[in-house]
Amino acid sequence: MSDSVVFEGISKKFGNAQALQDISFAIKKGEFFSLLGPSGCGKTTLLRILAGFEKPDAGRLYLDGQDITDLPPNKRPINTIFQNYALFPHLTIWENIAFGLRVAKRSQKEITAEVEKMLYLIQMTEHAYKKPEQISGGQKQRVAIARALVNHPQVLLLDEPLAALDLKLRQKMLIELDLIHDNVGITFVFVTHDQTEAMAVSDRMAVLHKARLEQIGTPMEIYESPKSSFVADFIGDTNFLDGTVSEMVQKEYSLLTLVNFPNVLCFNDKQLSVGDLVHLSIRPEKIHISKERPQKHPLHNIFEADVDDVIYKGDHTSFGVWVGGHKIWVNQQHSRFLLDEKPIRWKDHVWIWWHADDGYMLERYKNPMEDIEEMASSADITRNP
Amino acid sequence: MSIRKTFLDEFLLTIPSFTWLFVFFLIPTLIIFGYAFKPYDIYGGITEGWTLDTIKSLANPNYFLMIWRTLWLSSLTTLISVALALPIGYQLACTSKKLRQILLLLIVVPFWSSFLIRIFAWKTLLHPEGAFKQFLVWAHIVNADTSLLYNSGAVLLVMVYTYLPFAVFPIYAAASKFNFQLLEAAMDLGATRSRAFFHVLVPGIKKGIFTAVVMVFIPAIGAYVIPDLVGGSNSEMIGNKIAQRTFVERNLPQASALSALLALSVLIPMAGLSYLTSRSKQLESVARNKE
Repeated sequence: MSDSVVFEGISKKFGNAQALQDISFAIKKGEFFSLLGPSGCGKTTLLRILAGFEKPDAGRLYLDGQDITDLPPNKRPINTIFQNYALFPHLTIWENIAFGLRVAKRSQKEITAEVEKMLYLIQMTEHAYKKPEQISGGQKQRVAIARALVNHPQVLLLDEPLAALDLKLRQKMLIELDLIHDNVGITFVFVTHDQTEAMAVSDRMAVLHKARLEQIGTPMEIYESPKSSFVADFIGDTNFLDGTVSEMVQKEYSLLTLVNFPNVLCFNDKQLSVGDLVHLSIRPEKIHISKERPQKHPLHNIFEADVDDVIYKGDHTSFGVWVGGHKIWVNQQHSRFLLDEKPIRWKDHVWIWWHADDGYMLERYKNPMEDIEEMASSADITRNP
Repeated sequence: MSIRKTFLDEFLLTIPSFTWLFVFFLIPTLIIFGYAFKPYDIYGGITEGWTLDTIKSLANPNYFLMIWRTLWLSSLTTLISVALALPIGYQLACTSKKLRQILLLLIVVPFWSSFLIRIFAWKTLLHPEGAFKQFLVWAHIVNADTSLLYNSGAVLLVMVYTYLPFAVFPIYAAASKFNFQLLEAAMDLGATRSRAFFHVLVPGIKKGIFTAVVMVFIPAIGAYVIPDLVGGSNSEMIGNKIAQRTFVERNLPQASALSALLALSVLIPMAGLSYLTSRSKQLESVARNKE
């Protein structure tokens, strides 16, 4: 697959605030690509640069190999679905969809045919002569999609298009978006702060943080092997432990000495040596929990723990358990009917364990509090209480 | 029952404003219209009895010329004011709060000095030896012999100057509530900046534009001080005639008849226009329901 959009060293400042810092990456043709990050990370600015509403201070932007950095938005074969849809309130649904075609001076016959086709596709034929204020949020969303796609753009930009919808509708629209993407086969660039949305539909995604590109990859790559503590924490939930490498065990595993925590064996994918500072991340769902003492295994980290929190979440339960001076979060899936079993309760003494391959060693934050505060302030992040 | 109750509530709530309009608008207007059918006396009053003489005297072609001039001068004033107010209002709505407050203040400041003084200021500027005229001659824009005063052009200029703020404020108010992302959406769909402006912004603030038109047009058709001071005999407006009949000739019936003629010459086309638009909307909705 060839590249559709290429960002080359894009930087942008608003006053003194750095919105984007030397961003370079490529989006492949026909890809469903997500830009993910907390509020203020620069993802919307990047999208606006791609749409042509902002000019980068430095760097070039290519579409299908052509430099479009200086092209105004109306000259780019790119269409946007805005966060609040931005449907024209004075025009009917029909005229909203026809807007781009009228601007392009297509013949009335062509316009009628294209608009009617779109209306049929989004099942809005009967509402064609209503004004935007007379239809629901989900319908507005579909009209916005139709208004963009009727122009046959090469790239469709979606600026948090689901943010204004309720949860069930959001899930439904997400599936619809995915279907539309499969049907039209053009490049989709989807901006969101919601990691579950991004993971559900994206072929690949880019995580942005503080104006910089943190990591780029498939949802699975990003979730399973985050490159930084920020990505590990932002995408899904995780437990962090600080420590140093104390001993190399075999070739691929190292023993870590942690602060207020027993020693942990961890897979050594990075080239670390004895004495290096590390930040260990273990996802809650990778940790097992049981009231029975588990069997010993050379690659398992097994600890005794005391249950302090039990949060029932329907499909799984989150346990907050104390090990040493740390509270570790453990998710247990409910694969069996719970009422028959004797569940783990508050103040129970339990065992937790995880495989050495499931821990991830990351770089240490320079100033961990700064990032944690920032993430707490962007309210959209779902994390354990 | 509840429908009846809300109807009654609405009726009761509208009584005060209806009473106000009835007492202070409808009755005085009807009195003015009624005066047109009364004979007058030399002391500036009206006498007993009824006469059609005044109405007949309106058949003077001079009056129609004057009404025609009044209408086109007012229309042109409105058109120019709104055309200037659109970019001003748009820019005001877009600028930062601090700058906007300064600019709004600058628009209001002239109102702090007397209206008459400002017109006299224009007289001085446009005078053959005035600064403005001298500058235009120096810049070879006008000939030294061209008169800038006492013609329709001068009236138009000063009317636009006077009524422009009345157009700026409603348009600014409407533009400040406008969702500017719609302009981005239009450009995203391929529209040029000017197409987005005229096809998205202008329809989006049409209520403000309509208010601006009314706010400028209504005072403009009644203007008589401006044409009196900067206009000449060939740029007299109907307001001048009404004032002259009232104050100089003390002929109230004649003044009333001219007022009525002016009012009707505005109301009849407007009523026709609103009938046509409502009818076309009706036809449109009928056509839609058929589909």
